[in-house]
Amino acid sequence: MAAVAQESNHGHDHHEESFVSKYIFSQDHKMIGKQFLMTAIFMGLVAMMLSVFFRIQLGWPGESSDFLNVFLGDRWAPDGILNQDMYLGLVTIHGTIMVFFVLTGGLSGTFSNLLIPLQIGARDMASGLLNMISYWLFAISSIIMLVSLFVESGPAMSGWTVYPPLSALPQAVSGSGMGMTLWLTSMTIFIASSLIGSLNYIVTVINLRTKGMKMTRMPLTIWAFFVTAILGVLSFPVLLSAALLLLMDRTMGTSFYLSDIVVGGEMLDNVGGSPILYQHLFWFLGHPEVYIVLLPALGLSSEIISTNARKPIFGYRAMIGSILAIGFLSFIVWGHHMFVTGMNPFLGSVFVFTTLLIAIPSAVKVFNYITTLWKGTIVYTPGMLFAIGLVSTFITGGVTGIILADSALDISVHDTYFVVAHFHVVMGLSAIFGMFAGIYHWFPKMFGKLMSNRLGYIHFWITIICGYGVFLPMHFVGLGGAPRRYYDYSVYEGFNPTSAEMMMDLNVIISIFAIIGAFGQVVFFFNFFYSIFRGQKSPQNPWKSNTLEWTTPVKHVHGNWPGELPTVHRWPYDYSKPGMDEDFIPQTTPLMEGEEEH
Amino acid sequence: MGSKLIILLVIILGVLAIAQLVRVNELTAKQTGKREEEIPHRDNIFNSRMMLLFMILLYVGFIWLMIKYGFVDLGPAATAHGQDIDWLLNLNFVIIVAIFFLTNTLLFVFAWKYVKKPGAKAFYYPHNNKLEMIWTVIPAAVLAVIIILGLRTWNDITTTADDESVKIEVFSYQFGWTARYSGMDNELGRFDYKLTTPQNPYAIMTRANIDSALNRMMVGSPGQEGIEMIENKLNDPSIVLPRDERNALRQELGRKERMARHLQAMSATYNDSLDDLANNDIIVEDSLVLLKGQHYALSFRSKDVIHSAYFPHFRVQMNTVPGMTTHFKFQPLYSTDDMKEKLNNEDFEYILMCNKICGGSHYKMKMEVQVLEPEEYLNWQKAHKTYDGSDWLNFSESERAEKEAELLKKYQTIAARVEEK
Repeated sequence: MAAVAQESNHGHDHHEESFVSKYIFSQDHKMIGKQFLMTAIFMGLVAMMLSVFFRIQLGWPGESSDFLNVFLGDRWAPDGILNQDMYLGLVTIHGTIMVFFVLTGGLSGTFSNLLIPLQIGARDMASGLLNMISYWLFAISSIIMLVSLFVESGPAMSGWTVYPPLSALPQAVSGSGMGMTLWLTSMTIFIASSLIGSLNYIVTVINLRTKGMKMTRMPLTIWAFFVTAILGVLSFPVLLSAALLLLMDRTMGTSFYLSDIVVGGEMLDNVGGSPILYQHLFWFLGHPEVYIVLLPALGLSSEIISTNARKPIFGYRAMIGSILAIGFLSFIVWGHHMFVTGMNPFLGSVFVFTTLLIAIPSAVKVFNYITTLWKGTIVYTPGMLFAIGLVSTFITGGVTGIILADSALDISVHDTYFVVAHFHVVMGLSAIFGMFAGIYHWFPKMFGKLMSNRLGYIHFWITIICGYGVFLPMHFVGLGGAPRRYYDYSVYEGFNPTSAEMMMDLNVIISIFAIIGAFGQVVFFFNFFYSIFRGQKSPQNPWKSNTLEWTTPVKHVHGNWPGELPTVHRWPYDYSKPGMDEDFIPQTTPLMEGEEEH
Repeated sequence: MGSKLIILLVIILGVLAIAQLVRVNELTAKQTGKREEEIPHRDNIFNSRMMLLFMILLYVGFIWLMIKYGFVDLGPAATAHGQDIDWLLNLNFVIIVAIFFLTNTLLFVFAWKYVKKPGAKAFYYPHNNKLEMIWTVIPAAVLAVIIILGLRTWNDITTTADDESVKIEVFSYQFGWTARYSGMDNELGRFDYKLTTPQNPYAIMTRANIDSALNRMMVGSPGQEGIEMIENKLNDPSIVLPRDERNALRQELGRKERMARHLQAMSATYNDSLDDLANNDIIVEDSLVLLKGQHYALSFRSKDVIHSAYFPHFRVQMNTVPGMTTHFKFQPLYSTDDMKEKLNNEDFEYILMCNKICGGSHYKMKMEVQVLEPEEYLNWQKAHKTYDGSDWLNFSESERAEKEAELLKKYQTIAARVEEK
C-alpha cells in the first residue's frame, strides 16, 4: 500500500527545486546520503588530525613541535609541547568522533540512506521528512562536538567512554566542566538522530520492497543495514538514559553513579550510587555499537567482493544467518569490557562464554569471503582492494579478541595498548576500509562520475601499509604492559629500563606510520573532490553489477526510476552463471525456462 | 615562525603535486580513450602482485616484532596465578597466530592467484553446506577448549582468599597510592569516607576520628567553617550578604547538617572495641612491600574517581571504585632480587600503576612495589609503626629475640614453599 501511495505521490512531483530544497533541506535520500558522507569526511579529517597531535606527543614526548603550537595555540601547546590535560581531551574527542560521527553516522547514514531505497526498489525512504530531520540533528550534534574543542576549560577529558565519577566531577579534571556538558548535549542529539534514522531504515526495508524483492533476495548490504538499524534502535536508548542520568548527577545533585567521594578536598554528600551502573548501561550500547560500526562495512564488502570477483557470494544464507547471530549475540556480551571492575566473577564467566561464541559466526563470514575469491576472476577496482583489506584486518583484529574475551587473560592485558591495537584493527581499520570501499564503489552512483583508479591504488596501499604499521607494533607495546591513555611513558624508566626503551622505539615507529598514513589520506580527499567536478562521466552500470541501483539513470531523478518500479526475479549474486552469455545477470532479468534460482 | 611556513608549504606543494599527477593521467586517458570503469589487465596484475608482496611484508614485520619484542620485556610472571595466566596466554597465542597465518595466507594467495585473466570465467559456486558445516564446527570445537581452560583458570583466580592470606588494603586517590597493612591481628580497621579530614586522609574509623570529624563539622577547623559559624553568619542581622552568597551558604549549611547527622548516628552506634582493629594497622605511603611466598588478599578502595591497580609483573589488575571495595588475591613467587637476576637487569623494580583514566596526571600515578626475602622483610617490619604509634612487632624486651626468631622461621618456611615449586 505504502509503495503504491508513494508512487502516485511522486508521479506528478517533478517541479523545479530551489537550491535550498535540493542541496540543503533536501528530503531526497540520495542527497541526504551525500550530506552524511560530506559531514563524516569532514569529521573524520578533524579526528584524524587530533590523532596526529597526540601521536607526536607519544612518539617524541617533551620535544617542542611548532606543528602543535600552530594548531593548538599557547593555551594547549605552550612552547610546542602538548598539555597533559589536553592530551586526554584529544584522545577523548578522537575516539568519540571516530566511533559515533564517522563510523556510525558516516557509515550507516551514508550508505543506508543511499542504498536501501535503491537496492530494494523504492522511490525513497518511508519518511523523507524524518530522514531530513535525522541528518540535521546529526549536523547539529557534529557542530556541538566540534565547538566543545574550543571551550576555555577544554573538551571532555575522561576517555570516549566518559566513565563517572571522573566525567561527573569538574574538580577531578577540567574537561568535566563545560566540555563534558557539550559532549553530553551533542551525544543526546546524535542519539536522537540515530534513532530516527534507524526507525526509517527498518520501516523502509520491511514495507517498501519492490515486487519480487523477497527478504531472501535482498543484497547482503541491505541485510547488514537492516540488522544494524535494529541494533541501534534497541541499544541507543540505553545510552541515552545513561547520558541523562549522568547529566542529572552533574547538575541536579542526584547520586545514580556517585557514592563516598572526596575530591579536591571537598567531601561530596552523594551516597548509594554506583559508578559500575554507568558502565553496564554504557556497554549495553557500547558493544552492539561495535557491530553497528562493523556490520555495514561487512555488508558493503560482501557486495563489492562478489561483484569484482565476478562470482556469487559464497553461502548467501549462511551470511544472513551469521549477521543475525552476530546481531543477537552482541546484546549479551557487554560485560567483557568489565572483567576487572570487581563485577561478580560468575557473571564474568557467563560473558566469557557468550563473547567467545561470536567468533563462530565471524569465522563463517571470513571463510565465506575467502571461498568467494577462490576460482574467481578478480577485477581490482579500488573498492575491491579495500574490501579485501577489510577481510584481512577483520581476521587480524578478530583473533586478538579471543584473548581479550577470556577473562583470565584479560586481567593481564585489560586497558593496555593491546586492547587499543585490537579494536583499532578489528573495528577502526575494518570499518574505515569498508567505508572507503563503499565510497569508491558507489561514487558513480552518488555523483555520476568516476574516481581515478590510480590515485585509489596509491591511497589503498598507503593506507593498509600504514594501518598495519601503526597497529601491529601496538600489540607488542600492550603486551609489554603499557597502559592506554598515558601521556608519557617515562614512568617506565624507573622500574624496567628494557621495557622503557622498547616502548620508546615502538612508539616512534607507530607515530611515523600514523603521520604518513594521515597525510596519505590527502590523496583520497583530493581524488574525491576533484572527481566530483572533473571525473570521467560514469556509464549506467560501471562495475557490471546485478543490483537494482544500477538500473536507475546516472542523473538523479526524484523517485529514482523515471517509469515504473523494477520487478525482481532473482537473487543479486548471479555472476558467471554457467550457460549465460554475460558474466552478470541483473536482478530484473526473469528466470529463463528451466533455470534454477540458485 | 619559519617552520610554520615550511609546514604550510609542504602541504600546499603536496596537493599541487597530486593535482599535476592527475592532470597528466587525465590527458593520457583522453588520448588513449582509457575509461576508469575498465580496469586494464596491467593494473589487475600489478595489484594482485602487490597483494602477495604485502602479505610477505606483513609476515616479515610480524616475525621481526615477535623476535625483537615478543614476551621478553615483562619477564616471567612473578606470581603463582600469573604463571597459569601466562601458560594459557601462550597457548592462546599459538592458536591465534596459526589462524592469523592460515587465513591471511588463504586470503592474499587467492587474491593474487585468481586475478582476472583475459577470457577466463569465474567458477559459479554459490554454496556448499558440507564446507560451511566444517568451518562452523571446527572453530566451535577450538573455542570450547579455550573457554573451558579459560574459565578453570578464572575460577582459581577469583575464589575467595583463605584465612591464612595476609590482608592489605590499597587506597587510591588522584594521583597516588597508599598501602594499609592489617597488622598482627590480620584484620583491617573499619573506614567511612565521611571521616575524611586532613588529619585522617584515609578515613579510618576510630572513636577519636569520629569525634574529631564531628567536631570539625560543628565547630570548624582552619580553612573550614563549621555549622555553628555558618549559622551565626546567617542569623547575624549586622552582616549583610548578597543574595547568591547567602543561598550558597544555606546550601553549604544543609549539606553539613546532613553530614553531621550521619556522623552523630555513626557515633551513637559505634562499638569502641572496633578501635583495636584500626589501631594495629600499619599505613605505608611510599611503597608496597611484600614477603616472598606469602599469600595476600588485597582489597582496594578509592577516594575520588575510578582508578585501576595494575601490577604488570604480577599479572594482577583490579579497578578501585569509590563506594565499593574490590578484591584480588595472589602469591608473589620471586623477590625483587630474584627478578633482577632472572631479567639480568640491576635496575629492575616491581611497580604498581594506575590503569584507568583518572585525570591529567594519570600517567604519573605509580608506586614502587618490593618483594623481599624473609630477613629483609622482618627488618622492614621492625622499622614501621602502627596506627596508634606502637611498634609493628610489639614484643616485650624479654621475649623479643625469641619471638623475632620465631617469625623469621615462619617467613623462611613461607619463602621455602616457593623454592620447592
